[in-house]
Amino acid sequence: MSNYRIQGATGEWEIVVGLEVHAQVTSHAKLFSSASTAFGAEPNSQVSLIDAAMPGMLPVPNRECIRQAVRTGMAIEAQINKWSRFDRKNYFYADLPQGYQISQLYHPIVGKGALTIEADEKAGIPVDKVIGVERIHVEQDAGKLMHDQHPTMSYVDLNRTGVALMEIVSDPDMTSPAEAGAYIRKLRAILRYVGSCDGNMEEGSMRADVNVSVRKVGDPNLGTRTETKNVNSVRFVMQAIEHEAQRQVDVLEDGGKIVQETRLFDPGTGTTRSMRSKEDAHDYRYFPDPDLLPLELDDAFLEECRASLPELPDAKRARYTGELGLTDYNARELTAEVETFARFETLLAATAQAIGKSEAKVATQVANWSLSVAPGVMKALGDEADPAHATAQAQAAILTMQDAGEISGGQAKEIYEIVLKTGRAPDEIADTEGLKQQSDTGAIEAVIDDVLAANPDKVEEYRGGKDKLFGFFVGQTMKAMQGKGNPAVVNQILKAKLG
Amino acid sequence: MTSLTNLGVKAIADGVAGGEFTAVEVAEAFNANVAAAAALNAFIVTTPEHAIAAAERVDADRAAGKALGLMAGVPIGMKDLFATKGVQTTAASHILEGFVPQYESTVSQKLWDAGAGMLGKLNLDQFAMGSSNETSYFGDVANPWRRNDGGNAKLAPGGSSGGSSAAVAARLAPAATGTDTGGSIRQPAAFTGISGIKPTYGRCSRWGIVAFASSLDQAGPMARSVEDCAIMLEAMAGFDPKDSTSLDMPVPNWSTALNGDLRGKKVGIPREYRMDGTDADILKSWEDGIAWLKDAGAEVVDISLPHTKYALPAYYIVAPAEASSNLARYDGVRYGLRDLPEGAGLQDMYAATRAAGFGDEVKRRILIGTYVLSAGFYDAYYTQAMKVRTLIQRDFDAAFAQVDVILAPTTPTAAFGLGENVDDPLAMYLNDVFAVPASLAGLPAMSVPAGLNSQGLPLGLQLIGNRFDEQGVLNAGLAIESRAGFTAQPEKWW
Repeated sequence: MSNYRIQGATGEWEIVVGLEVHAQVTSHAKLFSSASTAFGAEPNSQVSLIDAAMPGMLPVPNRECIRQAVRTGMAIEAQINKWSRFDRKNYFYADLPQGYQISQLYHPIVGKGALTIEADEKAGIPVDKVIGVERIHVEQDAGKLMHDQHPTMSYVDLNRTGVALMEIVSDPDMTSPAEAGAYIRKLRAILRYVGSCDGNMEEGSMRADVNVSVRKVGDPNLGTRTETKNVNSVRFVMQAIEHEAQRQVDVLEDGGKIVQETRLFDPGTGTTRSMRSKEDAHDYRYFPDPDLLPLELDDAFLEECRASLPELPDAKRARYTGELGLTDYNARELTAEVETFARFETLLAATAQAIGKSEAKVATQVANWSLSVAPGVMKALGDEADPAHATAQAQAAILTMQDAGEISGGQAKEIYEIVLKTGRAPDEIADTEGLKQQSDTGAIEAVIDDVLAANPDKVEEYRGGKDKLFGFFVGQTMKAMQGKGNPAVVNQILKAKLG
Repeated sequence: MTSLTNLGVKAIADGVAGGEFTAVEVAEAFNANVAAAAALNAFIVTTPEHAIAAAERVDADRAAGKALGLMAGVPIGMKDLFATKGVQTTAASHILEGFVPQYESTVSQKLWDAGAGMLGKLNLDQFAMGSSNETSYFGDVANPWRRNDGGNAKLAPGGSSGGSSAAVAARLAPAATGTDTGGSIRQPAAFTGISGIKPTYGRCSRWGIVAFASSLDQAGPMARSVEDCAIMLEAMAGFDPKDSTSLDMPVPNWSTALNGDLRGKKVGIPREYRMDGTDADILKSWEDGIAWLKDAGAEVVDISLPHTKYALPAYYIVAPAEASSNLARYDGVRYGLRDLPEGAGLQDMYAATRAAGFGDEVKRRILIGTYVLSAGFYDAYYTQAMKVRTLIQRDFDAAFAQVDVILAPTTPTAAFGLGENVDDPLAMYLNDVFAVPASLAGLPAMSVPAGLNSQGLPLGLQLIGNRFDEQGVLNAGLAIESRAGFTAQPEKWW
C-alpha cells in the first residue's frame, strides 16, 4: 500500500486507480481487413471495403492480431482462453462506419494475469507490488474526425478504422499516481519486449482510460469512480489521477456526491472535465457478432505463441543481477527499454569476445560504460557526434584497451569522442594521438625513483606514519608522466619502494 | 423464339453446348420477355446488355472449342440483394437508391464465371424483410398467377424473393437467385409454382450480399425444376475465405447424383406442422406428397419436432436483433441516401436519413431488434430466443437420427392478394411458420410444386434435410416432382 494521501478538512483520503489501456497491435493489416495500418498516410488511403462498411462486406479475423494478443497475455502470465468470441458494441458515430465496434465483452481472449511494478522509494513505492490484470480483449479502433478542415463540416478519416487494439484492463490495484505511472511504464516495456505494440504514446499507439475513486483511509468500501478517457502519456495519466482525486475529495468534503461519469483530460491545464454522465451513457446492445465464428485456439498455435516469446523484463533483470552481477540500479536501467538492453547485450557480447573473458566478468564494466560513460560523451558532443560511429565494435575495442590497462578511463572517453566525431578506429587513435598509458614497470620505476629522490623530506614523513602523503607521490609521478602512467602499476611500485 | 423461354437451365446449357441455338439467341429471347413484362414489376433495373455480353462470350468460347461452365449461356435474374459491380444495388430500399457497388458478390461472380448472364436486378421486399414483396421501395411485384374466379385480383408473389419467383414463373428468366433468411426462397417458390432450395447455412458465401440477419441469410437458386436448382446451386456454392461462416467443404456434384429412387430412405412427417387453421388444400397436398414419396420407395415415419411452435417467435427476435445492427451502416455518411436538413448536426442527419430511407417494415424490425437487445431486455428476449434456437436444432438432430428427410407444407396458404395482409404484420409473419424452423437450424430445405388448389393457385411442398445433405433434399424433391406432374403455367396477362 502506498502512502499517497490527500489531506482534507475532515480527514485523510486514499485513492483507488484502475487503468484500461488501449494498445494498438503491431501488425501490417487491420483486425478484420487487409488494409494497411501504417501511421501517417494520406487520409482515407488505407481503407478497405470492409473498413468503410460497404453493403455485404464481412469481417475475417487477422491471425497475426490474435497471435499478438495471445503472446501479450502469456507475457503477463495470464489465462489464455482457448475459446473466445467477438461481440458487437452498437452505437452511431461518424467515425464508426459499421455502426458497431467489433469487440469482446462476454468472452475475452485473455483472462486474469498480473504484472509487477518495482519498488521505487523516491516515488513512494516502498516495495515491489503486483498489479492484477483482469483481462485483455481485442477490438477494432474507430476512425478519426477532423473538425478543423471546414467552417461548417467535419471530415472523417477512416485510416485508423478497424485497426486492432488490445484493451488491457487492470484491477483497481493502484493507490497513487506514481503506481499508475509505474504500471503503464512496465506494461509498455512488456508490450515492446513482446513486440505486440510499439508503445508509441505520441502516435496514439497506447492510450489509457483512467478510473479513479477516493475513500477515507481505512474505509473498506470503494467510492464512486469516474473514468477519464484517452489519456495519452504517462505524465498525463499521473496528472489526471492527481487532479481527479483532488477534485473528488473537494466535492466530497463540500458535502457533494461523485457522479459516475466519463471525463476528458485537458493536457493544457492538467485538469479533467465532464463528458457525459451515466444517465446519458449509451446502451451498447452488445451481442455476439453473427458474422464471426467463435475463436478457437489449438495447442499448436498456443505452443508457437509461447515459443516465440522473448526473455521478458523481470527475467532479464533477475539474470542481470544474478548471473551478470550488476547492481539493481544498473539492471533496472538497462532493462527498461528494448533499445537499451539490445545495445547493451550486443556490446557485452562483443566486449567479452574481444577481451576473451566471460560476459559476467566484463558485465559491470560494460554496464557502466553503456549507462554513464558513453551517453555522457555523446551528450557532451551534441551535434558533433555521429551516432552511426557508435558501433559495438568500436566501443568493445575501447573497453578492451581499458581492460588491458593500455588506456585510462579518461583516455577511453577522449578516444570515444574522436570515434564519434570521425569514425576512426580506436586502436589507431590511441597510437596516433598518444592516448595510451604507460605500464612499462622499468620506465615507471625510473620516474618514481626521481620523484622520491626529489622529495626526501616527504619520504621521511611518510615512513614516519603520515600515510596520507601516498597520494602526493602518486600525483607527482602521474604529473611527471603527463598523466599516462597506469595508476595500478604506479601504485604497486610506489608501495613497494616506500615500503 | 418463344419456345426458348420455356426452356430451363439444363435444356439451355445443353442446347447451347450442342449447337441447337446460340447463347445470344437465348439472351435475346429472355430480354424480350423481360421488356414485355413491366406490368409484373419483377425487375428494379434490367441489364439486357449484360446478358448479351455474357452470351457472346459463351458463344465465342464454344466456337473456340473451350470448355463451357455449368451455367454457360443461361441468362438469369439476380435478386437485388447481391452486390453487382457497376450495376445499381438497392436491396429494394430508398436508402441505397443509386448505389453502384465497385465489387461483385461472391455468388454472382461464381455464376458469371460459370457462364451465366444477367437479365437484370430483381425486385424484393426491402432489405429482404417481408413475405409478399410489398415492402419494396420500388413497388409491389405481381404474381403471374391469378385465381380462377375471374376476379383478376393481383396476388402476392411471396417474399422476400418475390421478383425472383415472379420472373421465373412468368418465363422472364429460366432461373434466378434468391436469398432465404426465414423462408424467402421457399415461400415465394411455393406461391408461384416453381422450385427453390435454401442450402445448408454456409454453403453459399454471404460476401457481397446485403445483410439482413447474418446467422440466417443463405443464398440459393430458384428455377422451374429440381435438376435446374441442383445445377445452379453447384455453381453458386463453395468455400469463400472472405466469409468467416463459409463452409470449408467441397461442393458435391448434386445434379449428376440426382436420384428419385427413395427405396431404403425414411421420410419424417412432423406432427407439430399439422396446425389448426391450416388450409384444407394444403393438408391435401401434404397427403399427396406422402403418397408420392411412398411410391418412390420411402418409408414414411411420424416424427415430433416439439419446439416448433416457438420457432416463429424466436425467429422474430433473432432476425430483427441482427438486422438492427446490420442496418446501422446505412447512416448517410459514406454512400446512399443522405438527408441533411438545413443547419442539422450529425444526429439530425442520421435521423432524417434513416427516416426517409427506410420503409415501415424495415423500421419496425429495427425497432424490435433494438428493443430486444437493449439493457434489461436482452436476457428475456435475445438470450431466450437463442436457447430456443438450440432446442430447435436439437429437435432436428433427434429427428434426423431417425429419418433421412422431412416432408411438410412450405406455407400455410396459397398466394394471397396484394394488400390483404399489409396492415397485419402478425398474419404476414405467420406465412413463414413452416419455413422458419429449418432456417433457425441452418438446414437445407427446398420447396417443390405439388399441384394447384381449388382456386387454381400453385401449392408447394417443403423438404428439409440434415445439414450438408442437400442431395437428400434434392432427391426427395425430384421424387415428388416426377410424380406431381406439375406442368401448369400462369396464363399470360401482363
